[in-house]
Amino acid sequence: MAIHGLKTKKLNLRRTPRPGETIVQGLLFLCGFFSIFTTLGIVYELGKEALLFFQMPEVNILQALTSAEWKPHVGKFGIWSLVTSTLMTTVIAMSIAIPLGLGVAIYLSEYAAPKTRSMLKPILEVLAGIPTIVYGYFALMFMTPLLRTIFGSDVVQIYNTASAGLVMGILILPLITSMTEDALGAVPRALREAAYGMGATKLEVALQIVLPAALSGIAAAIIIGISRAIGETMIVAVAAGAGPNFTFNPFEGAETVTGHIVRISGGDLAYDSIDYNSIFFLGLLLFVITLTLNIISQRIVRRFREVYE
Amino acid sequence: MTQPSTERSPFVLETKDLGIFYGDFRAVASVNIPIERHKITAIIGPSGCGKSTLLRAFNRMNELSTGTRIEGEVLFEGENLYHPMVDPVEVRYRIGMVFQKPNPFPKSIYENIAWGARIHGYKGKMEELVESCLRQAALWDEVKDKLTQSGLALSGGQQQRLCIARALAVQPEVILMDEPASALDPIATLKIEELMQELKKNYTIVIVTHNMQQAARASDRTAMMMINHERSGTVIEFNETQKIFTNPKDKRTEDYVTGRFG
Repeated sequence: MAIHGLKTKKLNLRRTPRPGETIVQGLLFLCGFFSIFTTLGIVYELGKEALLFFQMPEVNILQALTSAEWKPHVGKFGIWSLVTSTLMTTVIAMSIAIPLGLGVAIYLSEYAAPKTRSMLKPILEVLAGIPTIVYGYFALMFMTPLLRTIFGSDVVQIYNTASAGLVMGILILPLITSMTEDALGAVPRALREAAYGMGATKLEVALQIVLPAALSGIAAAIIIGISRAIGETMIVAVAAGAGPNFTFNPFEGAETVTGHIVRISGGDLAYDSIDYNSIFFLGLLLFVITLTLNIISQRIVRRFREVYE
Repeated sequence: MTQPSTERSPFVLETKDLGIFYGDFRAVASVNIPIERHKITAIIGPSGCGKSTLLRAFNRMNELSTGTRIEGEVLFEGENLYHPMVDPVEVRYRIGMVFQKPNPFPKSIYENIAWGARIHGYKGKMEELVESCLRQAALWDEVKDKLTQSGLALSGGQQQRLCIARALAVQPEVILMDEPASALDPIATLKIEELMQELKKNYTIVIVTHNMQQAARASDRTAMMMINHERSGTVIEFNETQKIFTNPKDKRTEDYVTGRFG
């Protein structure tokens, strides 16, 4: 049955080779493989160097994990003085970034007029584009003096974890905001309409319908924010303090894990010296902390999220 | 705000020269129809003639999209819904809605019903309310053993009845239904239609439908909509359903209901 000069199709159901398809598929696989390979490579390198550290005669792992004295030159490797200051800056940063980030995201997604949104979003993106070294000096030159004026300069030291944490919160804010806004925006309009159609207010719709439905995306945003805060280096290196200090006072200077790595590796560091190996141990520690957080959060999200499709 | 009548008017809703705009475009023009209490009023007409837009004007859902406005009035129990002092949240509390695609909340079946009652400060026994709403929506027997399961685990037809039950939970006076059966199979559709006949004893129903037989079977009154020469949708004929289908006055209505076009 030839229609308008089209040739009659011969019945042929055999596979035809499609080289284009194969090449593209191969390339895409390579991209995926590359990122996984890189991750594995980093983990391998970290593990290998950290193992060298563990094998050194002066290192006692049990002592390292239970003590707060980090004095590599006298063979004391208690991680807690570094870890607590990392946790402190992280907690301070997240206590700024999570409520503010969620608030801004809910405002942008549920309340803001399209015009307001198109003005606010680029401003937030600028915030995300500022180099972290600038944030570091912002903490040192602006936030610290501000804290000293408020709480008194005898209370707040020049280098302190509070100022570094607060500024880190501002750094992480756009990350949390944009990821949360994406998650909220992905909640189907039909769910909002259903709720509005029952006489729900904007606040009820935003907090009780949209937010729970977007929970998995929001949790991912928070976790990435926390990982970022734990790994953030420049701000804490500049503003948090340059010496291990086991304290829970946010107004004292205290070196974080990343800050310590930067300071130690900044000088001449001999390969296979104990200082050199110790920073790989600290790197591995950071990696383990973020990995654990990821796993825990996935568990939590799986339990509480509302699947809408 | 208008005449304080001693007796309730037979009309729950009434439009007065209602026009609805999207930006500068007048999507619906000069609609004057009364919605009778405890009756099912169907709105029919070809695609894009503004049926859903008109329906959504009855509980101010249109204004959830930016750039919409209306002219004229929509009276609810004699009061203009679009008076500046009227809160759209209160309007939607009294005039509920069921949508084209079933859209249960991603919560449990129980919570789907309880949520609406809770946000409006329902003080009674929640279990009883949930059961009564599910019974009214003819869904109780099918779901009574799985109230804690997600509403999305139900079949399409069950989901739509859950949405109806959910609308009932806030005890509205009017239920607007926007093609509630168009995504359902014939058996589920029939169930929804039977349900509507039950519901009209206690509620007033306005339904938009594409399905001519559905309008003929299930409604008491029918509004026929059509695009006018300015490309705005308007009601060209409004009458008892039986008359619309057996003895239409307008030639276009006759052509449409007999399937000659559309």
